[in-house]
Amino acid sequence: MFVGAIFFPLLGACISGFFGRWIGDKAAQWSTVICMALAAVCGSLSFAQVALSGHPVTVEIVTWMNVGGLDFAWALRYDTLAVVMVAMVTFISTLIHLYSVGYMSHDETPSRFFAYLSLFTFMMLMLVTADNLAQLFFGWEGVGLASYLLIGYWYDRESANRAAMKAFIVNRVGDVSFMLGVALTFYVFGSIEFDTIFAAVPQHLEDRFGGIPALELIGVLLFIGACGKSAQLGLHTWLPDAMEGPTPVSALIHAATMVTAGVFLVCRMSPIFEYAPTALAIVTVVGASTALFAATIGCVQNDIKRVIAYSTCSQLGYMFFAAGVGAYQVAMFHLFTHAFFKALLFLGAGSVIHAMSDEQDIRKMGGIWSKIPITYAVMWIGNLALAGIPFFAGYYSKDAILEAAFASHSGVGMYAFLCGMIAAFLTAFYSWRLLILTFHGAPRADHHTMEHVHESPAVMLIPLLLLAVGAVLTGYVFAPLFIGEHEHGFWHGSIVNAAHNHILHAMHEVPAWVPLGPTVMGVGGIALAYVFYMLAPDLPGRLATAFRGIYLFLLNKWYFDELYDAIFVRPARRLAAVFWKTGDAQIIDGMPNGAASLAVGVARGAVRIQTGRVANYAFAMIIGLVVFVSLFLIGR
Amino acid sequence: MNAAGFPLLSLLTFLPLAGAAIILFVRGEEAVVARNARWTALWTSLLVFLLSLILWVKFDISSAGFQFEEKLSWLPEFGVGYHMGVDGISVLFVLLSTALTPLCILASWEAIETRVREYMVAFLILETMMVGMFAALDFIIFYVFFEAVLIPMFLIIGVWGGPRRVYAAFKFFLYTLLGSVLMLLAILYLWYNAGTTDIPELFEYQVPRAAQTWIFFAFLASFAVKVPMWPVHTWLPDAHVEAPTAGSVILAGVLLKMGAYGFLRFTLPLLPEASAEFAPLIFVLSVVAVVYTSLVALAQEDMKKLIAYSSVAHMGIVTIGIFTINAQGLSGALFTMLAHGVVSGALFLCVGVLYDRVHSRDILRYGGVAKIMPSYAMVFMLFTMASVGLPGTANFVGEFLVIVGAWRINPWVAFGGALGMVLGAAYMLYLYRRVIFGKITKKDLRALLDLSPREYAVFAPLILLALWMGVYPQPFLDFFEASVAALVQRHEAAMSVSRLAGM
Repeated sequence: MFVGAIFFPLLGACISGFFGRWIGDKAAQWSTVICMALAAVCGSLSFAQVALSGHPVTVEIVTWMNVGGLDFAWALRYDTLAVVMVAMVTFISTLIHLYSVGYMSHDETPSRFFAYLSLFTFMMLMLVTADNLAQLFFGWEGVGLASYLLIGYWYDRESANRAAMKAFIVNRVGDVSFMLGVALTFYVFGSIEFDTIFAAVPQHLEDRFGGIPALELIGVLLFIGACGKSAQLGLHTWLPDAMEGPTPVSALIHAATMVTAGVFLVCRMSPIFEYAPTALAIVTVVGASTALFAATIGCVQNDIKRVIAYSTCSQLGYMFFAAGVGAYQVAMFHLFTHAFFKALLFLGAGSVIHAMSDEQDIRKMGGIWSKIPITYAVMWIGNLALAGIPFFAGYYSKDAILEAAFASHSGVGMYAFLCGMIAAFLTAFYSWRLLILTFHGAPRADHHTMEHVHESPAVMLIPLLLLAVGAVLTGYVFAPLFIGEHEHGFWHGSIVNAAHNHILHAMHEVPAWVPLGPTVMGVGGIALAYVFYMLAPDLPGRLATAFRGIYLFLLNKWYFDELYDAIFVRPARRLAAVFWKTGDAQIIDGMPNGAASLAVGVARGAVRIQTGRVANYAFAMIIGLVVFVSLFLIGR
Repeated sequence: MNAAGFPLLSLLTFLPLAGAAIILFVRGEEAVVARNARWTALWTSLLVFLLSLILWVKFDISSAGFQFEEKLSWLPEFGVGYHMGVDGISVLFVLLSTALTPLCILASWEAIETRVREYMVAFLILETMMVGMFAALDFIIFYVFFEAVLIPMFLIIGVWGGPRRVYAAFKFFLYTLLGSVLMLLAILYLWYNAGTTDIPELFEYQVPRAAQTWIFFAFLASFAVKVPMWPVHTWLPDAHVEAPTAGSVILAGVLLKMGAYGFLRFTLPLLPEASAEFAPLIFVLSVVAVVYTSLVALAQEDMKKLIAYSSVAHMGIVTIGIFTINAQGLSGALFTMLAHGVVSGALFLCVGVLYDRVHSRDILRYGGVAKIMPSYAMVFMLFTMASVGLPGTANFVGEFLVIVGAWRINPWVAFGGALGMVLGAAYMLYLYRRVIFGKITKKDLRALLDLSPREYAVFAPLILLALWMGVYPQPFLDFFEASVAALVQRHEAAMSVSRLAGM
């Protein structure tokens, strides 16, 4: 069961990837779906056993490396933290596989697509069940690979290739830091296995490395790695571009699972972060800033998927600052609920794109709600959950995050609370902007497209409906377990709160206006969106002209891409050319080539002297004789 | 004494020569001769490979000493003898050489059309020299093989190479030879003072502190060129570009390892204090190599040149690992050498596949190959990722260990090595994107055929190795564990002695 949950997807990937051409596309697709379904069953059973009955398990497979004290194995670590992720990933991935059967039905090489998708799921599961940092890194890079392959799935599009490469390389920047974090962990603890590290934390509280407390440095290094994967401020630039991939990919990888790996990492390393207050403060500030920053950009984007992508970025920021104030459980809870409603939103967007003949620009949509009512309904549910409207899933988790930030009573906590509040307002605003522009108003698409608008087939609608159920219920059902009264028994020590960390109690004792705040903000955002896009549709345009500078700043995503291009990409290219043409070709090669031409020159000269005329030789001999004799005479 | 019961290492070394002799005696029509030469070379090299598997099975991994030793007195009055043997450091390189040779012969099956007989003879001689070099336990014997490797390689580049082959061949030969001359001086010094050139015996001899410095640099001159380290790396791209595919595979797979092997076999054990003293110099050169050559690779427009520069960067990781002189760093360096042998060799073969079909190495000549050669695209992707050091492939294990080992010495060195991760991803993915992805714009590319069964046969073992070494590297790591531990211990002992002497 424990092994099955993880290796069924790999089996599916192999069947589809290697034998897809022989068994045919249909068989390949359905074999991956079946493998995923089996994995989901195993995942749910594991969840029941590990999380609900409280029996963590570790399955050791085989030694990976054992070199001079650095000893770790391939092992599947099933504690509550892992199993929450396993259950969530297998469940959502199964639905997305199913959805893709419909979505990719017109594609040329669906078996390749499904192989990648299953491979991704396998890697993600390896990541979450890792028993040591190296295996976590294996999954970490593996999902990066799958993400690269899937973003660039339509490889004949130049933009897709570009986006895929960017995603991989930006992630790698974070990975360097991750790798160094692992190296430092080994240096400090002499091991990279979680159990050993966590048990040894108390002995290393005072350790310093280069004058910096070692635990803080580990925390910061790992967090930079997490920033890459989870698209936090500074390393976020790849995520919006990643929308070049097929929509199910965006739903699975760039919303529900892979991008949350960074949050998972911070929660997994909670025993270390608990004793690294500065690192936590950095996590809080970066998370809060991202939450706000991405929300501002989301308000002006016009591509339906990019709006949701920035929304994901922003929600990840929420998760990070929740973890940053020490409320890891709350972060995990938001991660969990977010997976459902964000996957729902993306798949809903996919359904819209499908209906609109691959149009993604919301300025060219509108007036289609009556033609695709089910999609419309599930998009409403998804947005209600995202905006944190009471009794939908996001309400429970987002409220909890903001309460936790408020309850932390620290400067960074208050900063996070403020950012979170404003972002909540913006979230509701851009969600309804999206909803209204996409579905309401006069149709802005051409006649031809509008004629073809149709509801998606059942194979796509069933996953949508199931996810919609999740987006409604997961908050209410799981809140008591994740963050409520059963929290301690549920997590079973897989997340550690230090003795000085009372955030989970304090968050229930905040002033009454705090829990109400997000709801008010959400409703306010929705109201503003109605004003802007239903009641006075020319207002946004006038605002954009009036505040042109701000508008362009937001539209161009705060100019991060341009900045990085100027600071890193172009200088690297220029440097490369200089190193090659000047460094290698002229300076380094210049020396031996110069020596060679010198030798050739000398030889040529020598050849010229040897004319073959006796008179010349005789003359040379006489000169030589004269010189020697005179030297002899002078020297004496 | 000898676990095999017969002189296995000598057999491995000289059996290819016998095969070469057979090929030379074949007479007849050109086509017949060529066919015979191919098959004879293939069978000989396969036989050698199968015999070398005895090493894998019978090698005692718990011992750090030399095994499968053979000793004949040759010039006893000079203390020079014929001495062969392998320890944990060298044994896998013997296997790497014997494994790559048949693959290379298979890869040249159709690519080489002229003077097939001579080509196969040169390749078999090359194998003799490589195996002999890794198995030699006498410094003179080592030196002979170390230099003699150059001759067949020089011919392979110079005769069967590309348009600028003569320039490349001479550059390769002169560069590597010049360094070696200095090493010969150092060997003479050692022989003069220690009275022997037998390597295990030399280990007993303590080189005076003052002499260590210049011997270190004499060795460095020779080994650094072979590695190659920055800034003496420029012969490599030229040699690779002009060499035929199989030549590049051997060059990258085995010949580049000779320098690093020299560091491990001679510099570290014989010159412990100098090694420790000049380690920072090596670190600087290595980090520069990683960053500099990675950037240069980014700018390349020739596929082979790009991979050649990437080799220099990977070897930078190796030299970092060697001079950390701790268990993780050394194991990582050894592992990276093996992994690079497999992965880089495979990448050159990947380029060769396209070159055989289109006869161009120009990156811009391609694009959209994935559409018509899906299997090939998959193989190339796998090795691209392996080269990038994705966990689960061979290179990761080595790089990871080196970085962990380097952190223990100096975090900045670890950082410099880790930068290669980003830059490596950049140039490899950029290459892949331009060659494999995109739309097909060149019409003639549409007619390309996917991998042939022969090419599958060449790639299959390399794919298996690359994944096996990545997922379950322990069998390989076990081979060098004892020897590496002994090397580290020996070094620490020497250092503590010198520290005591200094007090």
